[in-house]
Amino acid sequence: MSEQTMKNAETSSRPPSPTAQRWKSFYKKLRKNKAAMVGGILIIFFILVAVIGPSFTPYEPNVQNHVNKLASPSSEHWFGTDHHGRDIFSRIIHGMSITLYVGFFSVLIGATIGVFLGIISGYYGRMVDTVIMRVMDILLAFPGILLALAIVSVLGGSLNNVIIAVGIFSIPVFARIVRGSTLAVRKLEYIDAMRALGASDARIIFKHILPNVTSPLIVQGTLSIATSILTASGLSFLGMGAQPPTPEWGAMLSGGRNYMWDAPHVAFFPGIAIVIVVLAFNIFGDGLRDALDPKMKN
Amino acid sequence: MFTFIIRRLVQTIPVLIGVTILTFSLMHLIPGDPAQIMAGESASPAQIEQMRERLGLNEAIPVQYAKYVSGAVQGDLGNSIRSGRPVAQEISGRFWVTVELAIYSTILSVFIGLIAGVISATKHYTFTDVAIMIVALFGLSMPNFWLGLMLIQWFAIGFDIGPINTGWFAASGWGSWQQIVLPVITLGTAGAAIIARMTRSSMLEVIGQDYIRTARAKGVKEQVVIYRHALKNAMIPVVTVVGLQFGSLLGGAVLTEMVFAVNGMGRLIIDAIRARDFPIVQGTVLVFSLLFVAVNLLVDIAYRFLNKRIDLN
Repeated sequence: MSEQTMKNAETSSRPPSPTAQRWKSFYKKLRKNKAAMVGGILIIFFILVAVIGPSFTPYEPNVQNHVNKLASPSSEHWFGTDHHGRDIFSRIIHGMSITLYVGFFSVLIGATIGVFLGIISGYYGRMVDTVIMRVMDILLAFPGILLALAIVSVLGGSLNNVIIAVGIFSIPVFARIVRGSTLAVRKLEYIDAMRALGASDARIIFKHILPNVTSPLIVQGTLSIATSILTASGLSFLGMGAQPPTPEWGAMLSGGRNYMWDAPHVAFFPGIAIVIVVLAFNIFGDGLRDALDPKMKN
Repeated sequence: MFTFIIRRLVQTIPVLIGVTILTFSLMHLIPGDPAQIMAGESASPAQIEQMRERLGLNEAIPVQYAKYVSGAVQGDLGNSIRSGRPVAQEISGRFWVTVELAIYSTILSVFIGLIAGVISATKHYTFTDVAIMIVALFGLSMPNFWLGLMLIQWFAIGFDIGPINTGWFAASGWGSWQQIVLPVITLGTAGAAIIARMTRSSMLEVIGQDYIRTARAKGVKEQVVIYRHALKNAMIPVVTVVGLQFGSLLGGAVLTEMVFAVNGMGRLIIDAIRARDFPIVQGTVLVFSLLFVAVNLLVDIAYRFLNKRIDLN
């Protein structure tokens, strides 16, 4: 999402563009934050792995080899093989794109709907606001993974349904953040001035309110990707998400757990993969928050 | 205070109505005919009709909802499709297991989170601080089901270190302390990490304030400054986090129970989803949400109690 916005910033950068300057100063601040840079570079690396990695893996992710089941890590099989003799390293590389895909798209769904609801709620206020915010309260009343679980139980277990479920699960956070920022901006005098000049609601929202909520939105988006990846892999672990033989990491853990008494590596590596990817997004999100929005530090 | 509690109770009513509407809708949102799905693929039309009758699906939706709510208020959540037993009975056997797991994990995460957060804040920007924060970041980024599997690997299956085998704890079940330790650590870790981070930033903010400097200038011992003056105020935002955290904790309990084969509500709901036993799914989701709403209510009241300043507004 940040890349997209950066592109927008570039195209609109005729000499002294405040947007371009804002991004420049943001990048300067971000560069000072070493942890954030590490997180950002890791994320770029993971995207590269997801895109080109699968063409370079030593084995096919789903080819079974029953002669070589549960082999320990070795120079041939870096992370060992699983209970079907499949190469775990290759499966993890192939699973990277699934993990990132689920993370990005579920957050995209949640953020799009959340931003829409948040802006409407904050901008129009009154009844609309009350109704939307009460609905958000209701969604938040379902603890943790349970809302996603309930949705998947209705829709049926598949990767796309997990994306929808996790997306819905993350709507309230975005709606709340955007509503707060919208409320703060709406009360400023220049918005009244715009309105007096005859600007339409849509223009005010897109030109003046939305740019003001981008910082908290990007921060929350990054952190939400981390949570979404955790939730989605949890659903797959429970057998409610990606179905075998998809090399999804949560599903791999769920398949491998029965064999971990004899072959500990089967349960170790897919989990470490989740930890590292989620960690990268968390570090990057923390850094973005420090750089973009010092007030949000709590 | 009393009016505040009443007002807060009234505020939860719309949320409760919404929660019941959503859980009620679960059955109706299933693509296709719920009666068909629950009766099974090989069911005859007569059996499907019987199932529809049993679930009350022939009545108008508002009537069904009214019956559902009035039943729920009286503790009647319908009957399980699989076992035929009342849902409330199925849940009550497992409710306390999950609550126990959640409470122990909360205590663990508050305990560890507070200590780690205070240490980190008092020694901020030192090696200790950085180390604690890195560990917390890991704790936050770990899927708890994986942590559970690893703990089983390390402390239930165990390693041989010389004559000692590290398999001290049980890998499954709930009851004895050997069975309780690993699930509680599994579930409490993420919360501990979040509370540690929150305590640290909250403490740092408080420590920078004038009255702390005044206390130090008066010659109050550093220990007293930190624990009596600073921590007390730093606790206020932490309490809110503990309440909100309880939600993720209940969600995480589902995964933890599956990893450690703990017979709680989490395992009940997963088994029910697999068996398409929707009355159980509905009932469990409802009870989970009610529990969460109740805990947040208590936390809000505690928050109000701790932070007397809000009274002025």
